[in-house]
Amino acid sequence: MANLTIHEHLLSLLIGLPIVGGVAVLCLGEARAEASRWVALATAVASFLLSLPLYAGFNPGLFDMQFVERLRWIPTLNVQFFVGVDGISMPLILLTTFTTVLVVIAGWKSVEKRVSQYLAAFLILEGAMIGVFAALDAVLFYVFWEVMLIPMFIIIGVWGGPRRVYASIKFFLYTFLGSLLMLVALIYLYLKSGSYDLLVFQRLPLSLHEQTFIFLAFLAAFAVKVPMWPVHTWLPDAHVEAPTGGSVVLAAIMLKMGGYGFLRLSLPIAPDASRELDWLMISLSLIAVVYIGFVALAQRDMKKLIAYSSIAHMGFVTLGAFIGFRIAAATGRTTGIEMGLDGSIVQMISHGLISAAMFLCVGVMYDRMHSREISAYGGVVNTMPKFAGFMVLFALANAGLPGTSGFVGEFLVILASFKANVWFAFLAGTALVLGAAYTLWLVKRVIFGPVANERVAALVDLDGREFFVLGVLAVLVLLVGVWPAPLLDVLRATTQHLAQQLLFSKIAP
Amino acid sequence: MTAFSVATYNAGLVYARPEIFLGAAACLILLLDLFIAESQKRWLGSLAILSLLVTAVLVAVQPLVTRVVVLGDLFELDRMAQVLKVVALLTVAVVFVYSTDYLRRRGILKSEYFVLGLFATLGILVLISAANLLTLYLGLELMSLCLYAMVAFDRESGKAAESGIKFFVLGSLASGTLLYGMSIIYGVTGSLQLHEIATSVHNGLAGNVGILFGIAFLIIGIGFKFGAVPFHMWLPDVYEGSPTCVTLFIGSAPKIAAFALTMRLLSEGLAGSQPDWSQMLIVLAVLSMAIGNIVAIAQVNIKRMLAYSTISHVGYILLGILAGTPQGYQAAMFYTITYVIIAAGAFGMILLLSRQGFEADALDDFKGLNARSPWFAGMMAILMFSLAGVPPFVGFPAKLGVIQAVLAAGYAWLAVVAVLFSVVGAYYYLRVVKLMYFDEPIDTTKLGGSALMRTVLSINALLAFGLGVMPAALLALCKQALP
Repeated sequence: MANLTIHEHLLSLLIGLPIVGGVAVLCLGEARAEASRWVALATAVASFLLSLPLYAGFNPGLFDMQFVERLRWIPTLNVQFFVGVDGISMPLILLTTFTTVLVVIAGWKSVEKRVSQYLAAFLILEGAMIGVFAALDAVLFYVFWEVMLIPMFIIIGVWGGPRRVYASIKFFLYTFLGSLLMLVALIYLYLKSGSYDLLVFQRLPLSLHEQTFIFLAFLAAFAVKVPMWPVHTWLPDAHVEAPTGGSVVLAAIMLKMGGYGFLRLSLPIAPDASRELDWLMISLSLIAVVYIGFVALAQRDMKKLIAYSSIAHMGFVTLGAFIGFRIAAATGRTTGIEMGLDGSIVQMISHGLISAAMFLCVGVMYDRMHSREISAYGGVVNTMPKFAGFMVLFALANAGLPGTSGFVGEFLVILASFKANVWFAFLAGTALVLGAAYTLWLVKRVIFGPVANERVAALVDLDGREFFVLGVLAVLVLLVGVWPAPLLDVLRATTQHLAQQLLFSKIAP
Repeated sequence: MTAFSVATYNAGLVYARPEIFLGAAACLILLLDLFIAESQKRWLGSLAILSLLVTAVLVAVQPLVTRVVVLGDLFELDRMAQVLKVVALLTVAVVFVYSTDYLRRRGILKSEYFVLGLFATLGILVLISAANLLTLYLGLELMSLCLYAMVAFDRESGKAAESGIKFFVLGSLASGTLLYGMSIIYGVTGSLQLHEIATSVHNGLAGNVGILFGIAFLIIGIGFKFGAVPFHMWLPDVYEGSPTCVTLFIGSAPKIAAFALTMRLLSEGLAGSQPDWSQMLIVLAVLSMAIGNIVAIAQVNIKRMLAYSTISHVGYILLGILAGTPQGYQAAMFYTITYVIIAAGAFGMILLLSRQGFEADALDDFKGLNARSPWFAGMMAILMFSLAGVPPFVGFPAKLGVIQAVLAAGYAWLAVVAVLFSVVGAYYYLRVVKLMYFDEPIDTTKLGGSALMRTVLSINALLAFGLGVMPAALLALCKQALP
C-alpha cells in the first residue's frame, strides 16, 4: 500500500481541510470577495477529491471500521480523537463533500452580501458534518454535532429571508435541547462502561430499563434532526428562511444526521429498547409519511412544499431502520432487517441528491423572480426549457419514479414493510401516491401551462454554471436509480453486521 | 497544636512571600501616588499590573511537594491554592489592562482603583490560603471591604453610590451570617483550625444539630458571596450600577475567592457532613440555574444580563461541588477558572465598546458589531458560545465535567435539570450573537481601546476557544490540585 500514510490520516485531513480553508476564507475578508470564492471552491473541490480515496480504498467485505485513527485528546475525561468509517458513514461523507462543492458553485453569483463569511460558514460546516459521520468517540461525536449548529445558525440568520431571526433561533434551540439530552445519555453510558468509545457502548450490556431511557434520550436528539412528527416544525421555518445553499445543506446532509444517529447509536446501543419501542417509531414514521404528505399538498410556498416533502421522505428512513424487528419476529432471519436498513440508507443518499436538486431548482427561480410563491409562476417551460427539463426530472425522482434514485430506497422499505405487515406497506405505499400528487401538481402549476405574467415571460434560461450543477445531480440521480449496485455493495457487510447486532439481546444477564 | 516557636514561625514566612510582596507593592503605589503628577497616573496602573505579574511568578515558582501549614497553623499552601492564586493574579492583571483605558477616557484614572484592587487581590490570596476560620474571614473581609469601596469609587455617579451602599449593607449581613456560622462550628468542635474541625466532624459529630445549624449559616454566607439564589439580590443591581471596570473586577477574580471559600469550608473543614451540605447546595444550585437563566432573558442591559448569567453559572459550579467527589471538585474548579476567563472577556468587550460619555451597556449597543469590526464580533461570539456551553468552546468541557460528576454521584435528575436550563440559557447568549450578526449597526463609530487592550482581549477570547479544543492541560492541573 503506497498511500498508507495518507490513508492513515485521511479522515482527520478531511475534517481539517474544510475548516482550515474556511478560516482562510474568513481571513480574506469581505473586501476580497472574488478571491474568497476561488479559495472556497478550491477547498471544496480538494475535500471532494480527498474523499474519493475513501471510496476507492474502502474494503466492502468488512463490517469493521476502516481508516481508523485514534489519538489522545482529553485524557482526564477519557476522551479520544477516534474516527473511522464503515459502510453507513462512508457514502454520507462522500455526499457531504460533493454537496458542498455544489453549494459553493450555486452561490457564486446569487450571494452578494458578506461573501467570505457565507463561504467560510459552509466550509466549517462541511468539516463538522464530516466529523459527525466519522466520529467514533461519543464526546467527539457530540462536539461535531453541536459545532454544526453554529455555522447553520449564522447562515439562516444572516442570509435568510424576512423571518430569518425567528427561524434561526428556533432551529438552534430545538436541536440544542435534543442534543443535550443525548449528552446526558452518553455520559451515563460512559459511567457504565468507563470509556467514550461508541464501539464499546455497542457491546455494553444494559438492562431494558436503562436502554429505554437511553433510547428516549437519543430519540430526543435524532427525532428533532430527522425531523420526525411532531417535532418537525422547525424545518419548514428554517428552510423557507434559509438561503438556497443553506436549504441544500440542511436537506441533503443535516437531516441525515438524525437517520445516521439512529443507525449508529440508537439501534446498536439500545437494541432491546428499539425492539420494544418499534411500534412508536413505526407509527411516527407512518404519520410523517401520510400526514405530512397531505400537509405538503396544501402548501403555497415552493420551499415549504419541498421541506414537507423532505419530512415525508425521511419517514421512510426511520421506517426502514425500525421495521426489521417485526420481520425478524415473524421469520427469525435477518434478511428482512437488512432490506429495511439498506432501504433506509439508500433513501438517505437519494433524498440527499434529490432534495438538493429540488432546492437548487427553486433557488434558480428565486434568483430571477425573488418569489417562492407557487402562484407567482406558471408556464416557466416556455421561457426556460432547459431548466424545465431538469425540474421535471427531479420532481419525478422526488415522486419515486422507477429509474431514479428515489425509487430504490422507497421500494426496498416498502418491500420490507410488506414482509412485516400488509397495512404498513399499504400506508407507506400511499406516500408514492401523495408524493406524485404534490410534486407533479407543483410542476404543473409552476412549469406548465401558459406564461402566467410578464415577469415569467422575461425569465432567462440556465447559464452554464447552473446547468453544470443541475446536470451533475441529474446524472447521479439516474445512476443510483438504474445501477445502485456500487452503493449497495458498500453497505452490505455493514448492514449485515448491524442486523446481527439487532437480533441478539443485550440485556445484562 | 505544637508549642509556638518564633523560629518555625519565621521559617513559614517563606510560603507567604507572594502575599507579603503584594501587600508591600500596594502600599508603595499608595505612597507613590502622592508624588506623581495627575497626567502621569497611568504609570501607577502599569506598576500595579507589574506587581501582580511578579506576585504571580512568585507563587508559581514556590516549590511545593505536598500541602504545608505554616505561620502558627493559620496559613496553608497546597496545589489548589497555588493554581487558584496564579489564576486570580493573572485575571486581576488582565482586568487592570482593560480598566486603564476606560478610566482614562472617563477622566477618573486615579490610583485608588488600582490600590483597592490590589488589596482586594491580597484578600483573595489570603482567603485561598486560609487554614483557619479566622484567616478565612480576614481574607474575605479584606476583599469585600475593598470591593464595596470600588463600587462607589466614581464619586460623581449617584447610581454607583447606591450600588455601593446596597452591596455594603447586604455584604456585611452575609459576613455576619458567615461569622455566626463559624462561631457555632467553633462552639461545637472547639477549634478554629479547619483540619481539626474536619477531624472532630469525622469522629462522630457529623449528625450533630449544632454542626448542621452552623453549616446552614455558612452556606447562606457562601451563597451570598457566590451570588447563588436566593441570596443573589445584590448581584444584578451592583453589576449594573458599578462603573463597568468595577463590574469586570467583581465579576471575575472574586468568583475564585468564593470557590476557594466553599472548598476550604465545606470540602476541607466539613467533609464529614458532605451528605448534609450537598442537600442544601442542591436547592441553591437548582434555583440559581433556573432563576438566573430565566430572568436573564428579560434583561435589556447587558451588564444585568451577564449578572443573571453569573448567577446561573454559579449554579453549575455548585453542581460540581455538591457531587462531593474529587471529580466533582475538579470539575467545579475547572468551571470556575474557565468562567472567570470568559467573564473577564465579556466585560472587557463592553469596555471596548464604551467611550467618552457612552457606557455601551445596553444590549442594542452590540447591534451590527460584525459590520463595525468582524474580528471583535467574532471574539464576542466565541465568548457567548462559551457561556452557552456549545462546543468547541470552553464552556462545553466545563459543563461536561460538572454533569459527569453529578451523574456519577447518582443525581440523574439534576443532570437533566442542568441541561434543560442550559437550553434556556442558550437563548439569551444567542440573542447577543443575533444582534451582532443579523442586525444593522446603530452607530458606526470605530471601536476604541489601546493596542494593548485589543491584543489582550483577543488573547482572552481565543483562550476560550483554545481551552475548549484543548482542555487537557488545564483539566490535568485541576486534577493535580484536587486529587
